[in-house]
Amino acid sequence: MSLINWIDDRFPLSKVWNEHMAQYYAPKNFNFWYYFGALSLVVLVLQIVTGIILTMHYKPDADLAFASVEYIMRDVPAGWFVRYLHGVGASMFFLVVYLHMFRAMLYGSHRKPRELIWLLGMVIYVALMAEAFFGYLLPWGNMSYWGAQVIISLFGAIPVIGEPLAEWIRGDFVVSDATLNRFFAFHVILLPLLLALLVYLHIVALHKVGSNNPDGVEIKKNKDKDGNPVDGVPFHPYYTVKDTFGIAVFMTVFLGIVFFVPEFGGWFLEKDNFAPADILQTPPDIVPLWYLTPYYSILRAVTFEWLPGGAKLWGVIAMGAAIVMFFFLPWLDRAKVRSIRYRGWMYKTALTIFAVTFVMLGYLGTKNPGHVDLFLFKNVIWAQIGLVLYFAFFLLMPIYTRLDPTKPEPDRVG
Amino acid sequence: MTMTIKTLIKRLLLPVLCMLWAPAGIAAGGGNENLDSAYINLSDKVSLRNGAHTFVNYCLSCHEASYMRYERMADDLGIDRETLKRDMMFAADKPGELMTVNMSDEDAKAWFGVVPPDLSLTARSRGPDWIYTYLRGFYRDEGTSTGWNNTLYPNVAMPHVLYQWEGMRKANFETSPNGAKVLAGYDQLSPGTMSAQEYDSAIRDLTNFMVYLAEPAKLVRYRIGFWVMVFMLVFVGLSYLLKKEYWRDVH
Repeated sequence: MSLINWIDDRFPLSKVWNEHMAQYYAPKNFNFWYYFGALSLVVLVLQIVTGIILTMHYKPDADLAFASVEYIMRDVPAGWFVRYLHGVGASMFFLVVYLHMFRAMLYGSHRKPRELIWLLGMVIYVALMAEAFFGYLLPWGNMSYWGAQVIISLFGAIPVIGEPLAEWIRGDFVVSDATLNRFFAFHVILLPLLLALLVYLHIVALHKVGSNNPDGVEIKKNKDKDGNPVDGVPFHPYYTVKDTFGIAVFMTVFLGIVFFVPEFGGWFLEKDNFAPADILQTPPDIVPLWYLTPYYSILRAVTFEWLPGGAKLWGVIAMGAAIVMFFFLPWLDRAKVRSIRYRGWMYKTALTIFAVTFVMLGYLGTKNPGHVDLFLFKNVIWAQIGLVLYFAFFLLMPIYTRLDPTKPEPDRVG
Repeated sequence: MTMTIKTLIKRLLLPVLCMLWAPAGIAAGGGNENLDSAYINLSDKVSLRNGAHTFVNYCLSCHEASYMRYERMADDLGIDRETLKRDMMFAADKPGELMTVNMSDEDAKAWFGVVPPDLSLTARSRGPDWIYTYLRGFYRDEGTSTGWNNTLYPNVAMPHVLYQWEGMRKANFETSPNGAKVLAGYDQLSPGTMSAQEYDSAIRDLTNFMVYLAEPAKLVRYRIGFWVMVFMLVFVGLSYLLKKEYWRDVH
């Protein structure tokens, strides 16, 4: 191929292809949980493509925004399809990212030497939450409006600089046209650029050290005479075809939701957001979408007014700390083995409780704290129990992972 | 060791999925009002056309549906241009226009105290059952400025626009053991031009139309979705076979 030679003399095309695809060795024993990295990338691309199309028709103006979304839903050819892909896509993005993160916690993918991959991933997660938050204001529905109002007002809880800071973020005393315009800029330029860069770094870091696997064993310890890991297979074609299958299954579920239940019973598109933003009409329950509700629950669980500075300030601190905890995971975990397969009952129990707690907090975050939606206790009591369990999982980790009766890791992957 | 993973999936993933699905019905139902089921049917074009006529003749005099175009409605529901222009376009000249209203906000406030809300998306923000129950909940009440009241939406500013169809009714309330005011039933004060069943049916058609109005794409979404699913399942099958073929030599 003379064209490829011509390019190779000027750009490392074949080199990059080989290093990252055709001669990049990945462990051969990836299971179900290993689809979600590739799927996150697929959703990112889908969000960017659908986002570009939506931007062509959307008007970031408080007087026009809501109507322009309905214009997309009715008058733009296939506009409803693109809009549903983007809206459902946001929820699917978080779903795959949460499963991707949980995979790391199952198999110890955040452990040495992959701490930096985990940290970059966590920055991606935080950027993604910001991206979703900014994007949620854009349809200018009533829940968009009040959701932004509530979240921005949280900054007001910070002593001294809080109120001026909240005002600076909004560009006004209340959420208004100025807020909508800057959120549009953040949502379509700042954060997508940042996400693209971070995802690139995440993958570069991964390819430097290589993937972990369900056994948590380093495949680079056993190499054949050519210097390739015996328990590895080239990413291309093995994982490109396997991921194609995973993507096909995922897209079937995704498109099934888009065509048959795009609102997902109010979980992906809320009823209150089909009414335009109205500063005089507060929705009965202001709740963020499901992917942010675990933290919202933690915020609302802190109801102790006797705390110095007030309950709201400590709620905001607890919410921030809940996210920050994840960053320290590689250093909190002191177990001798990586994978859950060789860990003892302590980590298995702790991780199970944590996963249940996270889902419970997410559910409670969509409910009125004063009601009883689980059993026995009011939602706020359950959220407080959840808060304690949530932080206990992280803060006690150095203790229970060290005491945990682990089994010896095998030399080769099973 | 695959046992551990299976148990984990059972213990962790299933609750997540259940959590996602189970409360969906509750979330969709909304508040704790007792709503009557509208049992709408979007594939019933006659019902949709019937509802459209009611909508443009009665609702559109005060309310807008300002995100919807007459032309789109006519094309989707199989209404010819002649009928559209003659019987349905009272506030517009061209079929491509939006369904706006010729009443100014100032007049609306003077007459009703509020600007009547845009109805384009009511079926999505309130739900079809709410509309169906609301429009069948009017009764005479001399204590209000319009002389009408509503059991689902007490002291609503809107008068009973369709009273000629339903006739005039009086609502009887009783006090429940916990002190709440509950509806015990209605007494017909004067007959309307429709029987109770005919009125329910007319409101069902109107509700049906408003569900269409809130999301015109709903008429095609399920049909396209079916073929997309067929395609995707074939694609899943083929990609699985491809994967299996490539992975045959990996042990």
